[in-house]
Amino acid sequence: MPYIAKIKVTLRQSILDVQGKAVDHALKNLGYSTVESARIGKYIEVTVNEEELVQAERICNEICQKLLSNPVMENYSLELEHVK
Amino acid sequence: MSEISVGVVVFPGSNCDHDTEHAVASFSGIKPVMLWHNDHDLQGVKAIILPGGFSYGDYLRAGSIARFSPIMKEVIEFARKGFPVLGICNGFQVLLESGLLDGALSRNRDKKFLCCQTTVRAVNGSTIFTSLYKEDEVLRIPIAHGEGNYFAPREVIESLEEHDQIVFKYTDAQGLVTDEANPNGSLNNIAGIINQQGNVLGLMPHPERASEKRLGSLDGRGLFESLFRHIAFV
Repeated sequence: MPYIAKIKVTLRQSILDVQGKAVDHALKNLGYSTVESARIGKYIEVTVNEEELVQAERICNEICQKLLSNPVMENYSLELEHVK
Repeated sequence: MSEISVGVVVFPGSNCDHDTEHAVASFSGIKPVMLWHNDHDLQGVKAIILPGGFSYGDYLRAGSIARFSPIMKEVIEFARKGFPVLGICNGFQVLLESGLLDGALSRNRDKKFLCCQTTVRAVNGSTIFTSLYKEDEVLRIPIAHGEGNYFAPREVIESLEEHDQIVFKYTDAQGLVTDEANPNGSLNNIAGIINQQGNVLGLMPHPERASEKRLGSLDGRGLFESLFRHIAFV
């Protein structure tokens, strides 16, 4: 039974997020005065056909480190769900 | 004298490959050879150029998917053997993603895609790519990118400085490194860096777009000429 990995890739705090900043400004212009900040990242779903959770997790971490995120400027987090 | 072959890699989405081919072909004794991303054969080239463009549509991150193209395995090996590899714009992004150079390029500081003339200086004129430039010479070479904001952790920047690996910096017309002259927010006005071995250079400005009188500048020719002289004499 496959697992679905729900992956979030976000810019590190030290990296200027120009898209997030633009959205933050737009929200303030819309009158949402309590908005403090906005940051933009990527959401990726990867389905892996693995029986074991441990193995699915290992592969997904590898994928994130190798291709889906650039550790120089991004962080990632992932959640695995069993596909029924 | 027989011609020396210089490879220009073509990824799906490269768009400066033919400009680069055109610039390379304008040097006598040098023959550009187009290398398709899906091939493994480097066809005996003596140097490789990764051109500008939007390889794989810049999906995920600029250069991140091109870095895993079949030909990149050969390009990485070629570079590790000490042969010259030059990455221009998207080519620079591919070199960073492949780990041949350190750091990363993020979105321009002012969010805009920038297509304009810039002035830069070859702050290290002793590389095989810049030997014909003088350190105080101000070069007019255009940029065209949305993600050219060079970033690296502090220890990497310190190491780049210590080993003279910062090769090009954005400057004003007088050659001064100022914040106003920095088009994209790059740390320390960095426009181009080289690896420690001195054979892999990546830069955001497009020397091939400053290689012909009718393009308004000939200042990019020095880079190609430095490189081609080097490969002609080794």
